[in-house]
Amino acid sequence: MKKQAFSSREQQIEPQAFRRKSIIAFSVLVIMLAIGATAFYFLFNEPKGTDSVQPTLRSVMVANESLFTRIFSVNRQVKLYKKADADEKVRVNGDVGMGDDFNPATWKLKVARKPGDTLVLTIDDIRALPKREIIFDFKCVEGWDQITHWGGVRVGDFLMKYNLTAQTAMKYMGMVTPDGTYYVGIDMPSMLQPQTILCYEMNGRPLPKIQGAPLRLIIPVKYGIKHLKRIGTIFFSNTKPRDYWAEQGYDYYAGL
Amino acid sequence: MDTHEHTTFMKKVIKKHPLAIRWFHWVNFPVLTVMIWSGLLIYWANDVYRLGWGDTTILKFFPKSFYEALHVPFKLAQGMAFHYLFMWLFFINGFLYVGYTIWSGEWRLLLPNRHSFKEAWLVVLHDLHIRKGLPPQEKYNAAQRIAYSAIIVMGLGSIITGLAIYKPTQFGWLCALCGGYHFARILHFALTIGYVLFFLVHIIQVIMAGWNNFQAMVTGVELIKEKPITIVPVSTGDVMALGQNIEDELHVEESMEAAIMHPEKNIVEELPREDLINPETNETNEEASV
Repeated sequence: MKKQAFSSREQQIEPQAFRRKSIIAFSVLVIMLAIGATAFYFLFNEPKGTDSVQPTLRSVMVANESLFTRIFSVNRQVKLYKKADADEKVRVNGDVGMGDDFNPATWKLKVARKPGDTLVLTIDDIRALPKREIIFDFKCVEGWDQITHWGGVRVGDFLMKYNLTAQTAMKYMGMVTPDGTYYVGIDMPSMLQPQTILCYEMNGRPLPKIQGAPLRLIIPVKYGIKHLKRIGTIFFSNTKPRDYWAEQGYDYYAGL
Repeated sequence: MDTHEHTTFMKKVIKKHPLAIRWFHWVNFPVLTVMIWSGLLIYWANDVYRLGWGDTTILKFFPKSFYEALHVPFKLAQGMAFHYLFMWLFFINGFLYVGYTIWSGEWRLLLPNRHSFKEAWLVVLHDLHIRKGLPPQEKYNAAQRIAYSAIIVMGLGSIITGLAIYKPTQFGWLCALCGGYHFARILHFALTIGYVLFFLVHIIQVIMAGWNNFQAMVTGVELIKEKPITIVPVSTGDVMALGQNIEDELHVEESMEAAIMHPEKNIVEELPREDLINPETNETNEEASV
């Protein structure tokens, strides 16, 4: 646009016209602010669903997920670190599903291949699979992060080994703790991302009980709320499996 | 002299803020408020930042009483839900503002020029009542040019650091650019503190600048005050003295003010101000407009 001197914007205006202009402008401003405040009021006070969040806000989360999964590659890998970077003292942030009445010695992993057809595996079955190690920056939804070192089997390798490739056509995988109190649902592409592991080691040693022994999920492309500790049952579904933290009002996708 | 007659005179105004810019401004205000509020709900969950060194803390972000007064605790999920809705409004509004400013040519009145950084200092001294008079300005003075351009850069910074901590895997390169996940979060937080400080200074400046300046952000036009300068008949010597000081119009004003009487009493004589100032320098920028 052509450069015009600011002073060229000067004009003469009748006092009445100026007054009229002022009244209209201020009225519009007040009305628009009132509309905005009312919209916010209704958004804020919309009755929350069983998932602890206003349905409008939930639909925005879903829309954000759908947009971002469309424009992003789910196979993008997280940044990796050296062993020396990993923290020895790994933060423990939750104990849901980690009740005391649990015996790791008798633990078995249940994989519900389809309704009524459950595969039962021991920790040795899982340890027999090729081990992958990952050192990455673990991120909590609260805002902290920590470089940590984990070992286990890739979910993709595990599914391949136990002939569960047909199940990978399903949209979601669900995981539940043995006591059923903590549960996550995760989209299949994120589960198949090559850095996602069924984890049984931390810092090169067996997983401590408080960190989810004997088997937990490590899924670096998601917030910590999805890294279920003490896996009891794994299942597959085309509908969203129940998710503990999504029911508390958090984003279901929780992808990074 | 009938002063009522003068009220029917045309008013001289300048089209200061285009309609689009007024919209962006007033949309941004509540949207940024919601972003800061929801961001606070998120920050509370890991409120590790402070001002200080070693074991000495000057200011903790934030004290417990502050959180409780604003009902912040245990609303992380709510904060995220609002933050990731209003981020779109914040982004779209900011994008449109920048786009409009470029397209319309308003950027010429906004961006600092080669004089701005030197002149901004004079503006600061003026606003602190240390120095009298302002360098000539167009829509904005030098300090405003810097501040209002910086706030846009800050907005861009919030978007970049926000994306870096929102999707650190997908935007791994942005995250690295921001000095890593950790530092990106610190920057994102610091920028927010910057907005709050900007807001405080902005409000003070708007109040100081007065109604005419404020209403221009609503109506778009600012009245050009042609203050009737009313003087009582003075001695020739005084007039001469005034004439010598004419380049410093503030001095003129002060001398005038000393001579002002009640205009309604018709014992005064009105003079248009232009007659008193040097048309070459045209120094009429007496007030800081915000």
